[in-house]
Amino acid sequence: MPGDTTPSPVTLSPPRRGEPERPAIDPTEARARIHTAEVALLDEQRLLTGGELAGLAALPDAYVTSLAALAHQVRLAWCGPEVEVEGILSAKTGGCPEDCHFCSQSSRFDTPVKATPFLDTDEVLQAAEETKAAGASEFCIVLAIRGPDERTMQRILELVPMVQEQTGLNVAVSAGLLTDEQARRFAEAGVHRYNHNLETARSFFPNVVTTHTWEEREETCRLVRDHGMELCCGALIGMGESDEQRIELLVQLQELDPTEVPLNFLNPRPGTPLGSEQPVAAWEAIRWIALFRLGLPGVILRYAGGREVTLRELQSMGMTSGINALIVGNYLTTLGRSADEDLQMLSDLRMPVGALTGVL
Amino acid sequence: MDGVTDVTASHCTGCGSASCPGCSRTLDPPRFCAECGRRLTVAVSPGGYRARCRDHGELTGP
Ligand code: SF4
Ligand SMILES: [Zn+2]
Ligand SMILES: [Zn+2]
Repeated sequence: MPGDTTPSPVTLSPPRRGEPERPAIDPTEARARIHTAEVALLDEQRLLTGGELAGLAALPDAYVTSLAALAHQVRLAWCGPEVEVEGILSAKTGGCPEDCHFCSQSSRFDTPVKATPFLDTDEVLQAAEETKAAGASEFCIVLAIRGPDERTMQRILELVPMVQEQTGLNVAVSAGLLTDEQARRFAEAGVHRYNHNLETARSFFPNVVTTHTWEEREETCRLVRDHGMELCCGALIGMGESDEQRIELLVQLQELDPTEVPLNFLNPRPGTPLGSEQPVAAWEAIRWIALFRLGLPGVILRYAGGREVTLRELQSMGMTSGINALIVGNYLTTLGRSADEDLQMLSDLRMPVGALTGVL
Repeated sequence: MDGVTDVTASHCTGCGSASCPGCSRTLDPPRFCAECGRRLTVAVSPGGYRARCRDHGELTGP
């Protein structure tokens, strides 16, 4: 009642590094940009151009809910209502010779993650069973390596059919840069999807990785597609790249045409060069989820690392802003919220769980 | 958590220091042994984690 309940002051989440000023614009112009995107994506069934995406990225915060609402309709129209659930396992952790500045598994940085050898077959199978028990259709075996040597190839080639047979899950692999021959062998062994992230725009990549090039990553992505595997090619937002560079990445992803794009938000890891960055602000993350859906209307857009830290209470809003897949349970070196919480969220949102490609 | 009982904990599980009051972030598994401060061998899987110290055994968690 008046006088005795003073609301406690709320500090608005401040803009973070790299988050641009977005000046107010004429509401007619703002609505026109959103309408053009709607017609392009829902009526003409065409991709937005980099220029159109940049126009949407420049809209002030008040339009984020409009972008999100359109992104949700686009996701339903292009992909349907199902949400694809996946579990991932770091089968070989740490000790990686590469220097990706965001990664706690690089041997070049003094991080708390201790390098451990390839897990035993039993441990991999058990993780796949945990994934299945969480209602997932997809299981990804991930290795912290530049690329597989012959021994590693043999281990993976032996595990993939074993996991498939025992659990019925689709098996994906993420084992770094591949040669043409290695891509062929994975495809022949039944690797359903191969993950290799571009992470960021070509123009920003040298700021965060110096031991290999963006072009080398792109080449592996092309090999994956050439050999008939589904390409899973992710992005990592929040390393200090500009809005223009995020749009640049979106256009580069449009050209690569992956089946899946896992969307990671930087979770700053102690000991890494990006360890003292701030996570992306939650509202900004919703904006970019929506823009990724508008830029890549037909992809499986997966919530990946960093969502708990970045979005907190807004995680369900991401699901109605363009996301149609998620990683359940724990990540590679960090923990996630429980699978039950995620499945409850999907149930509350009336979003059925289902495989989006492949036959189980 | 089960496994080692934490009665003599004297090291931070986030950085291993004996003087750190605790810097482990939410949703990080323990990375250093609470008893001796040694780096743990940690395996994270979708349904849980196992963290093992050479001398003080294994911790598991969700
Ligand atoms: S190649 Fe992969 S595991 Fe190695 S440092 Fe880069 S992101 Fe980390
Ligand atoms: Zn500490
Ligand atoms: Zn110990």
